[in-house]
Amino acid sequence: MIARQVLPAVSGVLFGAGLALGGMTNPARIRGFLDVFGQWDPTLAFVMGGALAVMAIAWRFVPRMASPLFETKFSLPDRTDLTPQLVGGAALFGTGWGLAGLCPGPGVAIFIIAPVEALVFTASLLAGMALHRAIARTRTEEPVHARQ
Amino acid sequence: MSLPGFPQAAPIEGLAGGVLIGIAAAVMLLGAGRIVGVSGIVGRAFRINASDLPMPSAWLFLAGMPAGAAAIYWIKGGLEAEFASIPMMIAAGLLVGLGARMGSGCTSGHGVCGVSRLSQRSIVATATFIAAGIATVAVLGMIA
Repeated sequence: MIARQVLPAVSGVLFGAGLALGGMTNPARIRGFLDVFGQWDPTLAFVMGGALAVMAIAWRFVPRMASPLFETKFSLPDRTDLTPQLVGGAALFGTGWGLAGLCPGPGVAIFIIAPVEALVFTASLLAGMALHRAIARTRTEEPVHARQ
Repeated sequence: MSLPGFPQAAPIEGLAGGVLIGIAAAVMLLGAGRIVGVSGIVGRAFRINASDLPMPSAWLFLAGMPAGAAAIYWIKGGLEAEFASIPMMIAAGLLVGLGARMGSGCTSGHGVCGVSRLSQRSIVATATFIAAGIATVAVLGMIA
């Protein structure tokens, strides 16, 4: 079905355009938003507000739909538990976000307009993700050793 | 248009950009029944995290993003961008990648999709990464 390929492409284009239009491809704007004790730049709050307003409406349609428009079922996260990993991970994420003023979305979106910075950031991002996988693997292996 | 008291803010463009991001996420939610979490999609594209998102979908989404940003760059005749140093971006990328996987999401998955769904995990994660970001920028400001 053609929609399966068109949907993510359209979503990606709109997402990248939204980030660029909202100034989120400029790390100085992100750092400006986080600089609440200095020259605060509230632009990111407007970006968040716009995105949340649209998505709050979109979520209201989900319970009324038997399935998504172009797939047979919804594939949505269903966890509700608050864990140390969630909070610790978010704290590490926020620290990196503040250091460079970049998160994964803008890091990918700047691949054409700032290829060197995009490559440096996303390569490091992938390394950080691979590091997490390596740590998670050794941790899940520990109980197995303990039982032997 | 500028915001009184905040000469550097771009509220109208910010709001318009945010609406586009919301529509992008709504297209995937209502069309494909999925959350748009960029860190998850990147991890999926490089086979780092397990996901049932089809590989072509992941790559088409990731290819679309720079195209959309480049279109705005071209329409506006340029975009301001002020980057951190290369070593700083490497350290930041490592932390963001590690933290996004450990915390099950990033600014898009938790911040946009999860918060709008009123997911308590996403609200806690978003509040935490904003607080950590504020603290980081404050500390950088003190030592710079």
